[in-house]
Amino acid sequence: MTDQVLLEIKDLHASVEGKEILHGVSLQVRSGEVHAVMGPNGSGKSTLAQVLAGHPAYTVTGGSVRYDGKDLLELDPEERAREGVFLAFQYPVSIRGITNSYFLRSAVNAIRKHKGQPELDPLDFLQVLEDKLKAIGWDDSLMNRAVNEGFSGGEKKRNEILQLAVLEPRLAILDETDSGLDIDALKTVAEAVNQLRSPERSFVVVTHYQRLLNYIVPDYVHVLAEGRIVKSGGKELALTLEEKGYDWVRPEGAAVS
Amino acid sequence: MTSIEAHVLQPYKYGFVTDIESESVPPGLSEDVIRLISAKKGEPEWMLEWRLKAYRHWLTLKEPTWANVKYGPIDYQAISYYAAPKQRPKVESLDQVDPKLLETFEKLGIPIAEQKRLAGVAVDAVFDSVSVATTFRAELAKFGVIFCPISEAIREHPDLVRQYLGTVVPTNDNYFAALNSAVFTDGSFAFIPKGVRCPLELSTYFRINASSTGQFERTLIIAEEGSHVSYLEGCSAPTRDENQLHAAVVELVALDNAQIKYSTIQNWYPGDEEGKGGIYNFVTKRGACRGRNSKISWTQVETGSAITWKYPGCLLQGDGSIGEFYSVAVTNHRQQADTGTKMIHIGKNTKSTIVSKGISAGHGQNTYRGLVKIMKGAEGARNYSQCDSMLIGSECGAHTFPYIDVRNSSAIMEHEASTSKIGEDQIFYCKQRGLSAEDAVSMIVNGFCKEVFKELPMEFAVEAQNLLGISLEGSVG
Repeated sequence: MTDQVLLEIKDLHASVEGKEILHGVSLQVRSGEVHAVMGPNGSGKSTLAQVLAGHPAYTVTGGSVRYDGKDLLELDPEERAREGVFLAFQYPVSIRGITNSYFLRSAVNAIRKHKGQPELDPLDFLQVLEDKLKAIGWDDSLMNRAVNEGFSGGEKKRNEILQLAVLEPRLAILDETDSGLDIDALKTVAEAVNQLRSPERSFVVVTHYQRLLNYIVPDYVHVLAEGRIVKSGGKELALTLEEKGYDWVRPEGAAVS
Repeated sequence: MTSIEAHVLQPYKYGFVTDIESESVPPGLSEDVIRLISAKKGEPEWMLEWRLKAYRHWLTLKEPTWANVKYGPIDYQAISYYAAPKQRPKVESLDQVDPKLLETFEKLGIPIAEQKRLAGVAVDAVFDSVSVATTFRAELAKFGVIFCPISEAIREHPDLVRQYLGTVVPTNDNYFAALNSAVFTDGSFAFIPKGVRCPLELSTYFRINASSTGQFERTLIIAEEGSHVSYLEGCSAPTRDENQLHAAVVELVALDNAQIKYSTIQNWYPGDEEGKGGIYNFVTKRGACRGRNSKISWTQVETGSAITWKYPGCLLQGDGSIGEFYSVAVTNHRQQADTGTKMIHIGKNTKSTIVSKGISAGHGQNTYRGLVKIMKGAEGARNYSQCDSMLIGSECGAHTFPYIDVRNSSAIMEHEASTSKIGEDQIFYCKQRGLSAEDAVSMIVNGFCKEVFKELPMEFAVEAQNLLGISLEGSVG
């Protein structure tokens, strides 16, 4: 872990279809740290993830986000990706007729091109892919299938983590990666994520449940409720939440849903 | 969805006009005009009679209105039925062709001059109403393959032409086929003799250049017993405010164990964003699998034309014969396409496969219309049909009219259909992995069309993918 601040979110306000969802979120993530963002349904967790990735449906209405010394909000989604921001989607889309390996190679090459590195030909890429798969202990069974086409829920989530492994982002945002996974799949995914932790890579892990955090142990836990971070603490905060529920940290006067 | 739609606005790349002196007959259609065309082509009397018979029948017909397309009335008397570059000398070598014409085809990516011609592809280049050059003729002749303009075949190989012309698409088949039979000017003729595997891809490129004209091309391909041929046609036209009519007839005949693969990359001028101008592409294409175990395969990539009306089909007459239709049709802006196929199973154990991919963007309307007919004697017939539609934006439309007529209970029919939409989420997903919007659309669309593209001759598969990218550029943001 270094002291370098990779991501600095200050008083972030964001809305979708004219309705404000984030009412001033602030968060600081240093290189190598793992931050968990927890919260009840509708608290704005996924909105935060989507806004950081630049989804066009969300409008930022106030605040700032600095990433690696740059104004993140100024960058197009593809520029953010090329600069090392990766979002593991809660609901990955499928692309018919395009193999996972072709898709990933195109992505790798778009990023390499951005960095001024030579593009990888299919053979070079295959080698990179093999190394990455070996590192996280997975086989290549997903690679020659069309992107997420006909994948089970677990396969889709695994595929997101596989992409994370290959694209080597500096900031990985996991949006409810645990949702819909049984305990074995959850372990497989979490183990791969742990393999990918490094002093140069930060994670923002968005989740509703504490159980993921048994496997991906965070450095910090933040509770998001009604579009604001209402509590922050160490990993033990997650356990307290598990025990006491989210009502315990709900902002004053908020309705219980 | 507006940011997605904002992307399709790429100007048509082949809209230039070649400044060349041309002679054309004055607008209007009459027996005299037909006599004039026939005389210009130096045709024998039987051909003129054939044309006149078609014309007299055409006069009794009404323009069809059943297609799911809308356009104003066509004034057939306002069209010039013949236009050709002036003073075309009797060329001994391709290098003697007017440099302006060579330049035109080179600009279109179809170099025909000796030293530049495409390796492995023999090209017949048709400019308005005449064929201006055909490459590799001598080389093909060594194998007994005849590849020449149809106007020349009528003069030089009258017996072959008479034996087959109009036997697959009769002159009275439909309104536009009758019109074409009366006034057709040029097109290609290919004859592959018994047992010969044609050593080159055969290709025809049709270019409309003159204004106020129609192009009426006629193509006839005959594959004798056990022969194989792969043929590809391409086309384009200048950007103009007027609508120009292109009414072609293509006939294919495959005898015992013969195989014909016919691919089309159709890129006629599609009209502007508001739907002004563009080609009316009203085409009758049909192949007869006359022989046992013969096979005809149609592959089409339709990206151009203001209106497309086209149903390349197969008459599966020979026992064990196979018909295939693979199609990608794109309609953007105000383009309309009503296209599909007809598979008529007549012989026993005949098989057909239909894979149709329709892509609609802007205000484009895309209709798949297909007929699979199993005749009484077609014991053991099989058909597999798949119709997929993709929508880009919310103003476009996709329509599917599959007709199935089964008269033999042993038939096995399968039909699958799907409709999907390129959405912001799909684009965003690709962008989040570092891809640009253009690359994302191109990837999604190419993936959607993959099953069709893999049927194209390799030389043209890349061209088709690029063309599709251009046609849809600007449709997604």
